[in-house]
Amino acid sequence: METISNVIGFLPALIKATPLTLLLTAVAGIFGLVIGTLVALARLSARRVLSMPAYVFTFAFRGTPLLVQIYLVYYGLGQVLPGTWVRHSFLWPYLRDGLWYAIFALSLNQAAYNAEVIRGAIKAIPRGQIEAAKSIGMRSSLILRRITLPQALRSCLPVLTGDLIILLKTTSLASTITILEVMGTARMLQRQSLLIFEPLIAAGIIYFTVVFILTRIMNVVEKRLTRYRTAKA
Amino acid sequence: MVATALSVNNIHKSFGSVEVLKGVSFEAKSGDVISLIGSSGSGKSTLLRCINYLETPDEGEITVSGEVIRTVKGKDGKLVAADKRQLEHIRTRLGMVFQSFNLWSHKTILENIIEGPMHVLGMTRKDAIGEAEILMEKVGITPKRDHYPNQLSGGQQQRAAIARALAMKPDVMLFDEPTSALDPELVNEVLLVIKKLAEEGRTMVMVTHEMSLARDISSEVIFLHKGLVEERGAPSQVMRDPKSARLRQFLQMA
Repeated sequence: METISNVIGFLPALIKATPLTLLLTAVAGIFGLVIGTLVALARLSARRVLSMPAYVFTFAFRGTPLLVQIYLVYYGLGQVLPGTWVRHSFLWPYLRDGLWYAIFALSLNQAAYNAEVIRGAIKAIPRGQIEAAKSIGMRSSLILRRITLPQALRSCLPVLTGDLIILLKTTSLASTITILEVMGTARMLQRQSLLIFEPLIAAGIIYFTVVFILTRIMNVVEKRLTRYRTAKA
Repeated sequence: MVATALSVNNIHKSFGSVEVLKGVSFEAKSGDVISLIGSSGSGKSTLLRCINYLETPDEGEITVSGEVIRTVKGKDGKLVAADKRQLEHIRTRLGMVFQSFNLWSHKTILENIIEGPMHVLGMTRKDAIGEAEILMEKVGITPKRDHYPNQLSGGQQQRAAIARALAMKPDVMLFDEPTSALDPELVNEVLLVIKKLAEEGRTMVMVTHEMSLARDISSEVIFLHKGLVEERGAPSQVMRDPKSARLRQFLQMA
């Protein structure tokens, strides 16, 4: 019984940390989607100067653990940057904070995963629909914006949603570089209270609740955006 | 004198080592309906796709309403469009209807029809919808305006695709086997729309296997064989009294 009341006692502190977890998820999710789309397009390009780097990028980020990437960014960049002009620029106050390194690593990692999914979805669009767009005189940038991407992103939405939920849980790795999001806060509570399980259980409850709500929201979004595939005659 | 709407001059096209078109020419005056017929592999679809450069001809010239598609010779000696913007502009003058409809599946029928007028021609949404409503009425698709393509039968989709092409107010309509992907009972509703367009005096070039359609509405029938024009002329002459043995054989099979 004491355990339960302890867990409940930890919840307010963790709820306070939840916005930071959501911020990490949202920012890395958006950057990941935008960068991932660009990387997917680069990989599909006929020009090797574009497709090669994009291939290396996805291969590298999908081939190594995110924790390694976070450490490399945090300790690596964190060590290099003070020696450069950045040290004296307006950016520096921000760059001292681990948050930006976490966002950087999470975004690129997310981008690499999104890129592969989006690339597949673009390739799956029937050629005829692109030809129809060409035949009415649409230029390629317009075709991309009006036909290819809207359809590709919608068709891979379920996978992108899944990846977003994985991202939400993965933000807990940011706690390893001093960020007090939900997991970081839980670890702090462990140290303060000398209790091992209760803060973790409380953190688990928070993650589960957020994932549950996010899944529900994305279900609705998905249904709306993919009506064209499921609508009945 | 009636103006020349489309002139196709000495078109050559190879895919790899296979020469699909070996120098084909024809002309469509305003109001002409030209039917391209021939067995599969004769190059008729490729010829049609060369007109709006969905396939780039290796050699030859396309002129639409007096404007030549400008080309330059690429490294391999084959042509490439010299000016993308000019090509895009000329494509707006050519409406194309595909065998497999190719409606954009994430857009409703109305959205499919107004897409080009709004985003290529720069019309306002209100004007584009106004004209789309007239076209939907014309092809008989009005009740389906807010449906998605996958909710429609093949015949309905093809009629919507015709409306989408017409919405650009093209000078010439290109039909690439518009009824070949349809179930037999749906062919007729599409044929009726095409006939109606012919009666209105639209300039059209169509690749078709519907011999009765070709006979009824064409001003000229062109029989392609192995990438060359084997025989051409008025349908009454070409289809009733073919000179070439191959055409005679083809018509018997069809």
